[in-house]
Amino acid sequence: MNNDKQMRPFEQEFYAPKPTPFSLHMRVNPIWQLVRFLVLNIKMLIMVRKH
Amino acid sequence: MAKLLILGSGVAGQTAALHAKRKLGSKHDIIVVSPNSMYNWIPSNIWVGIGAMKKEQVIFPLAPVYKKQNIEFHQAKALSIFPEGDTSSSKPFVEIEYTDPSKLGQRIKIHYDYLINATGPKLNFPATKGLGPDGGFSYSVCTANHAEHANHGFQELIQQMKKGDKKKILVGTGHGTATCQGAAFEYIMNLEFMLRRHRVRDKAEITWLSNEFEVGDLGMGSMHIKKGGYITNTKTFTESIFTERNINWITRSHVTEVEKGKVHYENLNGEFKEIDFDFSMLLPPFAGAGMKAYDKNNADITSELFAPSGFMKVDADYTPKKYEDWKASDWPKYYNNPKYPNIFAAGIAFAPPHAISKPQFSPNGTPIFPAPPRTGMPSGTMARIIVYNIVDMIKGLEDRPVRGASMAKMGAACLASVGKSVLDGSAASMTVFPIVPDWERFPETGRDLNFTTGEVGLAGHWIKYLLHFGFMYKAKANPFWFIIPE
Repeated sequence: MNNDKQMRPFEQEFYAPKPTPFSLHMRVNPIWQLVRFLVLNIKMLIMVRKH
Repeated sequence: MAKLLILGSGVAGQTAALHAKRKLGSKHDIIVVSPNSMYNWIPSNIWVGIGAMKKEQVIFPLAPVYKKQNIEFHQAKALSIFPEGDTSSSKPFVEIEYTDPSKLGQRIKIHYDYLINATGPKLNFPATKGLGPDGGFSYSVCTANHAEHANHGFQELIQQMKKGDKKKILVGTGHGTATCQGAAFEYIMNLEFMLRRHRVRDKAEITWLSNEFEVGDLGMGSMHIKKGGYITNTKTFTESIFTERNINWITRSHVTEVEKGKVHYENLNGEFKEIDFDFSMLLPPFAGAGMKAYDKNNADITSELFAPSGFMKVDADYTPKKYEDWKASDWPKYYNNPKYPNIFAAGIAFAPPHAISKPQFSPNGTPIFPAPPRTGMPSGTMARIIVYNIVDMIKGLEDRPVRGASMAKMGAACLASVGKSVLDGSAASMTVFPIVPDWERFPETGRDLNFTTGEVGLAGHWIKYLLHFGFMYKAKANPFWFIIPE
């Protein structure tokens, strides 16, 4: 992971949003991801039921 | 007794065959023709291509499944459609040629009452000189064999990097009109993830090269989602994840030639450039399966059934229009041919009325914009709806299709893997509604922001991984397969 890499001004990566360490942690936090697992499944089921 | 003939055994073909059998039982004949002896769950090929899955985990033999379901199966390729029959019979039929080694090259006619063309794409590697693994210089993950081959190359690369060599990796699209950017996106992200696993990430310079106007277009003209108090575009979403993983990106590019270690490309400014690589995976453009069609007098009517691209013409509005005049209603609803309404096309096999992404041309006139994706969930959904319509007509409940499955009224869920690990992997989980933007219904972004969403996280990987097993289970027609949605 290169999250702590120094940005190079005026290059393409300079303008893109980067996740904070907190965001990165939450993406793999098992408890939070269990919640997201349920939410995502519900969202997808809603999408399926639309057809 | 009616005969339903299905050409193809991919997501659309398999879905159609199993639903048809379930609905029609043994009172009617279901016949499947496919040149392949194996089913391939293509979305998992990206994991085969990085060594995270074995080829055998994404394929299985078709014949035993069809035998179990009492579906007639011919391992053969369809050559020609005779929708009016021929001089000897007015019954429509398809001429097929066996690829089954025991009958290789033999040709027979198969009559039908209803026909579903679910032949998927022909991988058009020859469209770009030097593209592809068969005689070219780039890898592919379009088939299980291609993915296995790509993994061999990738593992060799890792070994060289472990010895201290620095390598340049290029992933994306190998032609200005290619589609399936999502698969290439998954591959580049998983590849990057594996390099970190092997502790050689610092030895790799990874670059995304695509025909998209901006990253995150994905052939759908990108999409907007609500995030962090803003309505933001998938361009931002994708640039963020590329930046986080230190992946460079080059867009608006049409690959003109691939040679050993070098890709030549033209961009939308009309500039001709080149980029070196040690390993590249570039997806080809798609074409139709290349079938012909003849009327009862043996006159060639291929142009009535198929677009020049080889995809089948259905109930779409194919009138050439400017981008500004495109409408959601241009997209097909029932997927049957206007002249021969008992012929349907599902998945990649149907000819879209136009792209979804805005057409862009270089000053040299080169088209550089993605073709519309119609794989995965939409492909399975339209196959199921087509079958339901056919079943209603066979049972005499309706005299024409009544259930619509327009991609402009259909949503899709997409899980793009960005790292395969149960503990620290992740996937970009996206829902989009509708797939084709409807600017009349949703003037702000073309889509319903309540149902168009995206996030990255481990939960997405769990779902993607579970769906791999779920969809393989379903395709094998194991007990209660039908409760698993498309």
